[in-house]
Amino acid sequence: MPATETQVRALLDEVVDPEIPVLTIADLGILRDVAVATSGEVTVIITPTYSGCPALDHIRREIERVLGAAGLTATVATTFRPAWTTEWMDDAAKRKLDKYGIAPPRGRDVPILCPRCRGEESRLVAEFGSTACKALRVCSGCGEPFDHFKDI
Amino acid sequence: MSDDLFRYLLRLADDNLILAQRLSEYISSAPELEEDLAVANIALDHLGVAHHLLEYAATRDGRSADELAFTRPEREYTNVLLVEQPNVDFGHIMTRQFLFDAYQLGLWEALSGSDDPTIAGIAAKAAKEATYHIRHSSGWLIRLGDGSDVSHARAQQAIDALWRFTDELFATDDLDVTMSEAGIGADPAGLRSLWESRVDAILAQATLHRCNDPYQRTGGRTGYHTEHLGHLLGEMQWMQRAYPGLEW
Repeated sequence: MPATETQVRALLDEVVDPEIPVLTIADLGILRDVAVATSGEVTVIITPTYSGCPALDHIRREIERVLGAAGLTATVATTFRPAWTTEWMDDAAKRKLDKYGIAPPRGRDVPILCPRCRGEESRLVAEFGSTACKALRVCSGCGEPFDHFKDI
Repeated sequence: MSDDLFRYLLRLADDNLILAQRLSEYISSAPELEEDLAVANIALDHLGVAHHLLEYAATRDGRSADELAFTRPEREYTNVLLVEQPNVDFGHIMTRQFLFDAYQLGLWEALSGSDDPTIAGIAAKAAKEATYHIRHSSGWLIRLGDGSDVSHARAQQAIDALWRFTDELFATDDLDVTMSEAGIGADPAGLRSLWESRVDAILAQATLHRCNDPYQRTGGRTGYHTEHLGHLLGEMQWMQRAYPGLEW
C-alpha cells in the first residue's frame, strides 16, 4: 500500500537544515510540497532559501536517504516560485531558533531581541554573517554578539 | 543545439559566474574578517544565480551546467566586461560591485515579471539578494568617498577606471530585442535611467563624480573580452581542462 502524504511528511521531519540543526526543512519553509502518486512514487518539492545556499544539495540527498530507508522511491524537484521568504517560518520554528541562540526574523519594523538578555537594542556588525541567511549583531545591553536570521 | 533563450540564459549566467569567481579570488584578503564573510556571501549568491541559470540553459543544450561553466572558451563567454575587471583594492572591488549591483537590481526587478516562469522565479529571488548587495556596496562607497583623502582618491580612481565599462550594461542588441519582445527578457536600454538615478544619488553622498572621459568599451556580449578574462578562466577551468570529467 502506498504511503500517505502525512506519513511522508512525518518521515521528512527527520530532515534538518545542516547549518541550523534545530529546524526541519518544514519549519524553514524549504519543503514546499509532497505528492504521492497511485503508483507509490513520491515527489518532494523544495525551494532554496538563498540562490547559492550550499545546503540544498545536502538536503536533497537527505530526503532521498530518509525516504529510501523507508522503502519509498522519491523524486526531489526544486522550485523557485514563489521566492522563499522568512514569513513562511511559523512561531514554533521561531521559538526553536531563539532558544538555539539565533534571533528569529520577526518582521522589519519589530525590534530584534537579543536571544540572551531579551534586550531590544543592538548594533549591526555585519550584514553578512556565518551563513547567507544570517547577519551578525552585538547586543547593546549584555554586550554579547549574536546571529540574526534576516527577514527576506 | 542552440537557440535564443539558451544564448540569453548564458549571458545572464556568465555575468554572475565571472563576478562570483572574481569576488572569490579576494576571500581572505579583505581589510577585516566581516568583509571576507560579506564578499564570500555575495560571491555565493552570484554563483547560485549562475548555477540555476546554467542548469536551465543545460536543458536546452547537449552540455551539462558544469560543462557550460568549465569547458567553454573565452570567446564563447558573453559576460559584460565590467565583471571580469581584476581586483585592484577594496575600494575598487566595492565600486565595481556597486556599479553592477545598481544594474542587476533593476534587471532582476524587470525580469521578475518575465513570462518565462523559471526566469521570473530566479529573478525574484535574486532581486531580494541584490537589495542586500547594493546596501553593502553603496554603504562602503559612501564611507570611502566621503572618508579620508586617500580613500576618496582611490574611490574616484576606481570610478574613473570602471566607468568605461558601464555603457555596455545598457547596450541593447538583437537578442535583447527578440527576448524582450517575446516577454521573456528585459531591454537593457530601458534600465538605464533608473541605474543613473541610483548611481548619481550615491555618488553625490560619497562626494564622488562620474568619470569625465567619455571613452567606452564594449564587446563582452559578442565574446570579445579584455585580456583579463582569459587569465580568470585559466584558473577557474584548469582542473576540468587538465582532467576532463573529473569529479570528487
